[in-house]
Amino acid sequence: MNGAEALVEALKREGVDYIFGISGGAALPIYDALSRPEAQSIRNLLVRHEQAAAHMAEGYAKATGRVGVCLATSGPGATNLVTGIADAVLDSVPIVAITGQVPTTAIGSDAFQESDIMGITMPIVKHSLQPRDPNDIPRMVKEAFYIARTGRPGPVLIDIPRDISQAQLRQFVYPDTVSLRGYHPERKTDLADIERAVELIKSAQKPVLYAGGGVVNTMAHEELRALAEKTDIPVTTTLMGRGAFPDRHPLSLNMLGMHGTAYANWAVRDCDLLIAVGVRFDDRVTGNLAKFAQNAKVIHVEVDPAEVHKNRAADVSLLADAKDALARLHDACPPLKHTEWRRQIGQWKEAHPLSYAKNGKLKPQYIMEALAALTDGDAILSTDVGQHQMWAAQYYPFKRPRQWLTSGGLGTMGFGLPAALGAKVGCPEQDVWLVTGDGSFQMMMQELATSVVYGIPVKIALFNNQSLGMVKQWQDLFYEKRYSGSLLSDVPNYKLLAEAYGLVGITVRTPEEVRPALELARKTQDRTVLIDFQHDPAEHVYPMIPGGLSVHEMRLQPRPGDPEWIEG
Amino acid sequence: MSVQHLKNRAAPGEPARKHTISVLVENRPGVLARVSGLFARRGYNIDSLAVCATEDPAVSRMTLVTQGDDRHLQQVVNQLDKLVDVITIMDHTDDDLIEREIALIKVRATVKNRSEIMQLATVFRADVVSIAPVEETMILEVTGDSAKVDAFLETLHTFSILELVRTGKIAMVRGIRDT
Repeated sequence: MNGAEALVEALKREGVDYIFGISGGAALPIYDALSRPEAQSIRNLLVRHEQAAAHMAEGYAKATGRVGVCLATSGPGATNLVTGIADAVLDSVPIVAITGQVPTTAIGSDAFQESDIMGITMPIVKHSLQPRDPNDIPRMVKEAFYIARTGRPGPVLIDIPRDISQAQLRQFVYPDTVSLRGYHPERKTDLADIERAVELIKSAQKPVLYAGGGVVNTMAHEELRALAEKTDIPVTTTLMGRGAFPDRHPLSLNMLGMHGTAYANWAVRDCDLLIAVGVRFDDRVTGNLAKFAQNAKVIHVEVDPAEVHKNRAADVSLLADAKDALARLHDACPPLKHTEWRRQIGQWKEAHPLSYAKNGKLKPQYIMEALAALTDGDAILSTDVGQHQMWAAQYYPFKRPRQWLTSGGLGTMGFGLPAALGAKVGCPEQDVWLVTGDGSFQMMMQELATSVVYGIPVKIALFNNQSLGMVKQWQDLFYEKRYSGSLLSDVPNYKLLAEAYGLVGITVRTPEEVRPALELARKTQDRTVLIDFQHDPAEHVYPMIPGGLSVHEMRLQPRPGDPEWIEG
Repeated sequence: MSVQHLKNRAAPGEPARKHTISVLVENRPGVLARVSGLFARRGYNIDSLAVCATEDPAVSRMTLVTQGDDRHLQQVVNQLDKLVDVITIMDHTDDDLIEREIALIKVRATVKNRSEIMQLATVFRADVVSIAPVEETMILEVTGDSAKVDAFLETLHTFSILELVRTGKIAMVRGIRDT
């Protein structure tokens, strides 16, 4: 057995069923090993750009909870993975990226298609490994998968020189356990910390639960809901935490932060206790840190010790897996009622719900509402980055974790289509919708080919405003409408583009056409449907807390007569 | 991993001071790059760094000196701890330590001032390790904690220092406790 065959055997032992990638010189031995009958349980999908392979692995991982795998050759193949790896590290997505490398004898010689991918990715991986002996491959694969999925999940790179792929192993031995003396992800909730947290919860008058990606990653949604209901504490979720708490629940405040709901941001502004679970006080949530939840004590439940006290000092920190900590908090907390606080929040919700101008034009929020109604909040939703992403996050009534795939930390335009395809591969029984924008979609639209060739049907709602809409929004608000580098024009014709790939393309220009188009997309199960929604390009995302400012400067949906009111 | 004692030390507004931390790492290719790269991209300064073998050939020791308040140090330690190749981190800022640096100092030494330099060296228990009479240079070697090495350099400043080579600090905890 050679190194490449050992790699494939190790991937089988890890239960890998899909690999997304593109071959090339240094990866040829690996692809050859994947072609053998022994490797039949692993399907390798040839994509059209390595960045898409990484995002597909992310989409697969986010939707299934299993580790996603992507594969590329050395040099440009490897560097094309970089954006996807950076995306995965910021959003804590467990993926294993495998790259071919030039032979060990050529490393460091600027050989053809050589790039120092170990060095390039060092700041953006959770860990990276490069076998210099084929006998190390099984152990390294075991370690890579273990590191990727445990603790705070993240991307692990395995860079395999070509001569190591081709060299023979003495014997294939797959280790049962991982022994890494510098890596101890398991954390036990400190019971004294639980007691201190419970004291704070009992004495709080206006508590808020602030839940993020850590709740999704540990599938702690039931524990979160049980705690919230028992203690009568409203819950707001971050962009990464969408789905951690059902949005139709009476305790739900929807999303907080830059484009969060007014009532979520006001609740956090006024709260006296903020229970932060699996979150990192990102600047898109806090704005000006000094003015964020100024009067609140903070309980921070977090699996990564480096996040505690990083941006916001915690009064009580629980270094623990969110699922375990929430279960213990639930058991230790008495039933509580916060009637007055709930009444206040109820008033805010009623007076300032998410809203938009209904003036006969095709509004993007209306499309989201129609999509929410059609799918009843059950679909897997993948998005790209920008205005459409915020509308999707705001208007989709999420029910459970792992139905929301988005690029939060890195904000990677181009993430959406490959992530949707990866999710569909991992969850073939579920409908996967891509909500994208024309700017983002064009960064990865070559992957329509992957959808066709492998028969991976997704439903694409393209929010077409012929611009980089969020950039344009900032230019509208802060740069006196100087649209520098943000107007994309009306090419291509997306209906024809879809048809060129043998897919279904629909153009929608009026509100009346929305439902039939969505309905057709839902019914079409054998191929991808692309709906080009040519919506009102002047629409802005509200509420909005401009970057670096605080809730005190939050801009609400303008009403007629306001300076920011855009005439219909 | 021994960061536990730092847990509640993050009092803001404490003055910046020098911290000595000792990091045991896997002796593998690229580990130094991982550690130094982390300092660079997180904006932490390394005042000095010494990397050496240990009694275990699979383990290397890095002795780092960094500056900042305790909260800063906690971030440094927490981020270092996330590196899989980092085995343990010990913060020695408040420990009773033996600390040592070595400096090699090349000075202009003429027939006239040579004996004066040698007398100063004696005071600091520095060694004269090379004399080149024709080129009128002399190399002194001094070993000690940072303060002693600094003081010796200060003393030598009245002479002409041609070159200075100084190691990073190494440190060991007194008594039975591990470094």
